[in-house]
Amino acid sequence: MGLFNRGANSRNIAKERLKLVLIHDRANVSPQLLEMLKSEIMKVISNYMDIQNDELDIQLTRTKSDEGDRTIPALVANIPIKNVKAVGK
Amino acid sequence: MGEVIVITSGKGGVGKTTSTANIGTGLANAGKKIVLVDTDIGLRNLDVVMGLENRIVYDIVDVVEGVCRLKQALIKDKRYDGLYLLPAAQTKDKNAVSPKQMQDLCNDLKQEFDFVLIDCPAGIEQGFKNAIAGADKAIVVTTPEVSAVRDADRIIGLLEAHDLRNPHLLINRLRVDMVKKGDMMNIDDMIDILAIDLIGVVPDDENIIISTNRGEPVVNDMKSRAGQAYRNITKRLMGEQIPIMDLEVEDGFMGKIKKLLGFGI
Repeated sequence: MGLFNRGANSRNIAKERLKLVLIHDRANVSPQLLEMLKSEIMKVISNYMDIQNDELDIQLTRTKSDEGDRTIPALVANIPIKNVKAVGK
Repeated sequence: MGEVIVITSGKGGVGKTTSTANIGTGLANAGKKIVLVDTDIGLRNLDVVMGLENRIVYDIVDVVEGVCRLKQALIKDKRYDGLYLLPAAQTKDKNAVSPKQMQDLCNDLKQEFDFVLIDCPAGIEQGFKNAIAGADKAIVVTTPEVSAVRDADRIIGLLEAHDLRNPHLLINRLRVDMVKKGDMMNIDDMIDILAIDLIGVVPDDENIIISTNRGEPVVNDMKSRAGQAYRNITKRLMGEQIPIMDLEVEDGFMGKIKKLLGFGI
């Protein structure tokens, strides 16, 4: 990667960088806090399911509220499940 | 009773004033009674964009300070029926008007006009707070650049904190050629990031500069794509359902030939 790497799609770079910077801007949630949250969530879910740790994606975004009259911050997690453990059965 | 719409962006230079001028003129063309209010005190520009700079006698600060009556400060645009401008003061600072005074002013203007369009200054300080104080609705202008989108996101948050919910997004200066090459965020990218409703997309168009040079809003230029985009936004504000225009269509003779031959891409 470099300044003259014209191969990379700069639209996607812009989008990804924006998403990251907005996490911090929006709720004053630092990337560190989000990392801590992420590992805690993984710990809990791992008790019940095998998850793909490397594909785990947690981010702060904005969404329409149920009443639809305003947008609110939302925590969106995308956690691919490999296998459900046989606990609690 | 009219509606007060503030046109805002956070970042400067993304097209707030141009959008205010064009949406206002478009609404006036549709038979509505419109007043454009420039709240960028100290850096007024809506007057030059509208070509009304030589007609200013009183300004918004004169009105709130009681130097003149509201009606005396309103400049009637003789070219378009029902279009008026309340200019900003050029020699005062942003604290010359308070949010309460702005609310009262908007309430007075609402009685007389169908739409009160507020051109907001850049930034998030006092000038911004004043501009949004009397607004019922907000349009957030952004360009497809990281800095402008980031600031738009911040503004959306601040608008909601001030109870201005459901702001509408106006994407300005979109370059279809760059989007196609993957070198500019597209419409969906920005809606995805900002999560608000879209009111319109204005393509990058040199006619904007040409018409601003002349002091004539581009919305009246029937050949301009930006003009068409602003006409569509105007209709949407009046409640019509107009699809976002196809920005892929090429301009000019070669574009038409290509389209005829099926190279419309």
